[in-house]
Amino acid sequence: MGNWDWLVFCKDTIDGAVVPSCYGMGGEYTYLNWMVGAWGWTVAVALTALLIALVAGSIIGILRTLPDSPWLVRLGNAWVELFRNIPLLVQIFLWYFVVPALVPPMRDFPPFLLVVIALGLFTSARIAEQLRSGIQALPRGQRYAGMAVGFTTFQYYRYVLLPMAYRIILPPLTSESMNIFKNSSVAFAVSIPELTQFYLQAGEETARNMEVYIGVVVLYVISAMIINRLFAFIEKKARVPGFVAAGGTGGH
Amino acid sequence: MNLDLSFYNWDVIRNFVLKGFYFSVFLTFVSTLGGIFFGTILALMRLSGKKWLDLPAAFYVNGMRSVPLVMVILGFFLLVPFVVGRPIGAEYSAVITFIAFEAAYFSEIMRAGIQSIPRGQVSAGMAVGMTYGQNMKLVILPQAFRNMLPVLLTQTIILFQDTSLVYAIGAYDLLKGFETAGKNFGRPYESYLLAAVVYFVICYSLSYVVKRLHKKIAIIR
Repeated sequence: MGNWDWLVFCKDTIDGAVVPSCYGMGGEYTYLNWMVGAWGWTVAVALTALLIALVAGSIIGILRTLPDSPWLVRLGNAWVELFRNIPLLVQIFLWYFVVPALVPPMRDFPPFLLVVIALGLFTSARIAEQLRSGIQALPRGQRYAGMAVGFTTFQYYRYVLLPMAYRIILPPLTSESMNIFKNSSVAFAVSIPELTQFYLQAGEETARNMEVYIGVVVLYVISAMIINRLFAFIEKKARVPGFVAAGGTGGH
Repeated sequence: MNLDLSFYNWDVIRNFVLKGFYFSVFLTFVSTLGGIFFGTILALMRLSGKKWLDLPAAFYVNGMRSVPLVMVILGFFLLVPFVVGRPIGAEYSAVITFIAFEAAYFSEIMRAGIQSIPRGQVSAGMAVGMTYGQNMKLVILPQAFRNMLPVLLTQTIILFQDTSLVYAIGAYDLLKGFETAGKNFGRPYESYLLAAVVYFVICYSLSYVVKRLHKKIAIIR
């Protein structure tokens, strides 16, 4: 396989002519332009889904640790089991095909939104599980201390438990955020024009699958590395002096 | 809209769904065994303390873990025919891919399991004159496997869910079985719903068993 042709990225997507600047600026649209656009879709899908996952996962994770509310705990547990035991691809199909058919107001939702909901809720189950174990890893005395100074439930979660719990779960949260970038690739199955979809289409158009494949994989690896560095930065900034997070061996 | 599942009679299940179900189970089973086998080798390479063994294993494991599974499946489907020298079927390619991919994940589990064994055990084995191989086989690995059993089984459940991604290369698995049945009878929505229910029932029961097992093992220790 000695005959690589890396110029494939500089080719115009319509007439196949090599564009000298490679990245088309003045009206030309090369495969490089296309790939960067696809990367944008991957980032958009992953980050929006991460936002949904963080919000939903936090709510569910907190519900599962509330004292004296067995039904809320059960609801939280059911949520986690539901979204954890169905493959992501099946969940994406459900949100993309089945839910709009069953719920008429969702018929006009753009595909992007449906996929992002699917990926976000899928990941929320994992984040809920992490947050629950993070909160439960705190000494019970912290909760009681909060109650003793007269905090309401909301207040002692907000000011006592959650600030430490989120710090504890930063390492698993890092790998979950990297997972969401990887999992966003499943969106190819419902024709979101992200990196995996770009590989399938551009690979076939150019018959240069290897080069396109390597380009796409490099972008996935770069994305994962950026997320990893970003979280390492947050972890450093948020560190409480003298407190060593339990089990903080992090991304092996 | 009305949901109608009545077309799912035994004939349809036998003709469309079971074939896919068998493949999904087969794929899960083979890649768990293969993944544990090669994963253990990779873990031992990483823990050997020899750079020329550690570095390639680390490169392989980290490489596999930073690429989305869908891209790995597509990549092997592209690459394996070059290596074998002839075109291969999607199912055959899926088996090779999953063994290679899961080996990376199982190796991390095995590595953690081996490292969870106290240093004293290793020294004790060496003190009674065991070779490295004997020490691993008789002292370390049996304990590591037991410590890691719940995690290994959980990974297997995840693996079973991940087998649905062979959709990318058109292999005929459980999901494909439901999809094909749904398309043939013009009832895709019901089919996807039923697929979700079946996956859920299988994975939930398995994870329940793993949870029970985890408690049991935890008590003995």
